[in-house]
Amino acid sequence: MSFFARFAQNRGALVGLVILLAIVLMAILAPLLYPDSPWRMVQRPFLPPLELEGFPLGTDTMGRDVAAGLMHGAWVSLLIGLVSTAVALLIGVPLGAVAGYYGGLIDDALMRFTEFFQTIPNFALAIVLVAIMQPSVVSIVLAIAIVSWPPVARLVRAEFMSLRHREYVEAARLVGQTHRTIILRQILPNTLSPIIVLASLMVATAILLESALSFLGLGDPNVMSWGYMIGAARTVIRQAWWLSFFPGVAILLTVLALNLVGEGLDDALNPKLARERS
Amino acid sequence: MNDDTPVLSIRGLTLALPEGADRDCAVEAVSYDVARGEIMCVVGESGSGKSMAANAVMGLLPKGVRATAGEVLFDGQDLLRLSEKQHRRLRGLRIGMIFQEPMTALNPLMRVGAQIAEVFEAHGKFTSKERQARALALLEEVGIPQPDRAIRAYPFQLSGGQRQRVMIAMALALEPELLIADEPTTALDVTTQAQILALIRDLQRRRGMAVMFITHDFGVVAEIASRVCVMRHGRVVELGSAAEVLRQPRHEYTRALLEAIPSNVIPAARGGDRQQPLLEVNRLSKTFRSRGGLFKPAREVLALDDVSFTLAPGETVGIVGESGSGKSTLGRCVVRLERPDSGSLRLAGTDLSALRGDALRRERHRVQMIFQDPYASLNPRHRVGYAIAQGPMANGVPRARAMRQAEELLELVGLGAVAVDRYPHEFSGGQRQRIGIARALALNPQLIVADEAVSALDVSIQAQVLELLEELKQKLSLSLLFITHDLRVAAQICDTIIVMQNGRIVEQGTAQEVFLRPTEAYTKQLLDAIPGRAHEAALA
Repeated sequence: MSFFARFAQNRGALVGLVILLAIVLMAILAPLLYPDSPWRMVQRPFLPPLELEGFPLGTDTMGRDVAAGLMHGAWVSLLIGLVSTAVALLIGVPLGAVAGYYGGLIDDALMRFTEFFQTIPNFALAIVLVAIMQPSVVSIVLAIAIVSWPPVARLVRAEFMSLRHREYVEAARLVGQTHRTIILRQILPNTLSPIIVLASLMVATAILLESALSFLGLGDPNVMSWGYMIGAARTVIRQAWWLSFFPGVAILLTVLALNLVGEGLDDALNPKLARERS
Repeated sequence: MNDDTPVLSIRGLTLALPEGADRDCAVEAVSYDVARGEIMCVVGESGSGKSMAANAVMGLLPKGVRATAGEVLFDGQDLLRLSEKQHRRLRGLRIGMIFQEPMTALNPLMRVGAQIAEVFEAHGKFTSKERQARALALLEEVGIPQPDRAIRAYPFQLSGGQRQRVMIAMALALEPELLIADEPTTALDVTTQAQILALIRDLQRRRGMAVMFITHDFGVVAEIASRVCVMRHGRVVELGSAAEVLRQPRHEYTRALLEAIPSNVIPAARGGDRQQPLLEVNRLSKTFRSRGGLFKPAREVLALDDVSFTLAPGETVGIVGESGSGKSTLGRCVVRLERPDSGSLRLAGTDLSALRGDALRRERHRVQMIFQDPYASLNPRHRVGYAIAQGPMANGVPRARAMRQAEELLELVGLGAVAVDRYPHEFSGGQRQRIGIARALALNPQLIVADEAVSALDVSIQAQVLELLEELKQKLSLSLLFITHDLRVAAQICDTIIVMQNGRIVEQGTAQEVFLRPTEAYTKQLLDAIPGRAHEAALA
């Protein structure tokens, strides 16, 4: 059975994938459908959805097109979610792998370092980092990555600790494989499924974090993001519900889709489990 | 109830497995009775469905398994048609059950006394004071040393055998008419197993219970059974009194199973060349220290205490002992998965105990290991061919040649070269163990350490794997360090046997010497504890 067939056996994952593809499509099509900047004021403010042709989602407090903002925001949200997760994995996986594989003093040192980041509340640290580095896409990505790698390191460490005494790992040591080969070829592939599931959740959390930062006005001032849209609309939520509703639904759907896809990947990456379930 | 009616009567029971399982029915048209005051042994290999019928009796069928035909009559009512509530009233009160793994069957955070009292509580019996008194009486009855202290102990403070005694006390608390014992001694050492079997037999006689005893071990059957039911692939293949089935098995499967039991016939030792030992273990010691915490002192366990022996080229040395005897630690020191604290370990002149780091890695190919658990010893993400070829590849053999060699090795262990491209989970336990053997052979090691290499396998498969090892030994003149808890297995394959206890060597000698003329009391005790010995003696 091919990888995709196994993935597709999980209906929810398929739905998630479709939603995710739709959002990616939105991001790609945004410059084509709405070539103008989403910041441009195009109509009278507070135009409700479906009131006027050409503005299916209405306009915001300044007369900017909500649909345009939503489509351009998709790009920002996905980019920040994916890149910050990738950076977090790049920090967390090697750290956790080394700590879990070698144990002892190395483990102690690396884990105290990890705890240093864990003792500071995530969001507070992210705010401080963005404020110091000046809000921009790069600083937001870095801030999110820096606050979200510790769980990765912990997870990978725990997996390595339980796997390093498995008989197949000991067998690999016995045939004379180097530590590097054992870490990369024997243990790491077996920790992939929890890492991938965690990563898909982290993309979701990163999108939420970015939204929260933008909501507080710490977003990149040059890019329209979903979080910024909700943040800007919070004072008028009773007069103009659509201003927070549509970006909110967009965030909800993206996060949900990522979770579903993560679960499907877990099934597909673990052929034995998937077969038992079928 | 009339004395002639059986306590439990299973009639034409068929349990359907969920779709997609490897067969349609877990058990098919199974009928047997368990009469008052008898021990009915249900024997079968893994996957025979022997436990499923017991689960149906207890109303504990796994999800997806349904009874499609037949009935299970207990005291005139059909257990299959009871509601969960009615079933619960029967469980514990009139049907007791003992499980295989006493550690997981007991709540680790509850004192033993409280767990036994809970059985009374679940059925609303007695005041809490009476419950404690009865729990104490039960612990006394099942023969736990110092029952007044054991009642306040937590499960982890007891040994495996003591835990199983607690389980039995719980099962017997409400004086059930029927006791179901599902492989209750499989996880125990032989000497403990013998004690538990004696206890079950004794209690059964004293209380006149009916016992349904599920096991895979014909030795245990010979010890305890009054009647036997042999199962295979979900069907009953033979049913009869213990004497009949064991002496004159009618079905060929029963005969095959009986023959597969390692016998007492010991092959004569092939004398190795003692002058030039291949492996020289000299005064090896190893202590395990657990790191102490803030509130707990560091613990020390002396796993190996001054162990010395030699192994000649082409010889098979068996290390026999119960759990905690240090036999596995010895094996792990020899392959250098553990570092011995002191002593030397010479393999054809090189002292392996002194090597570290890269120097050790380069010498590793000289000693290989066959692991115990065929499910854990193969990386689930690597194809079988790669699993075997990675050894030679790590030692500089080009990939193409290593893969060709893997094919040859798979052919040699009887799996066929097509196995190269398949994943481990597509193989059965016995086949996986063959893959493990092929992997150990891939590096042409001077010495192979087999750590309980057959103890996780069914008897018939065990016999096949032992045969394969024997054949390979002849063909490749292998030197083998064979670690096992099973003296019968050791006697079959080993030239020399070393008996270990508490990290020390108690006795060593040729297989015939140790088996037929043991000098040490501990060895005699081990030999006496082997289930089914009386029966075999009667046959001989």
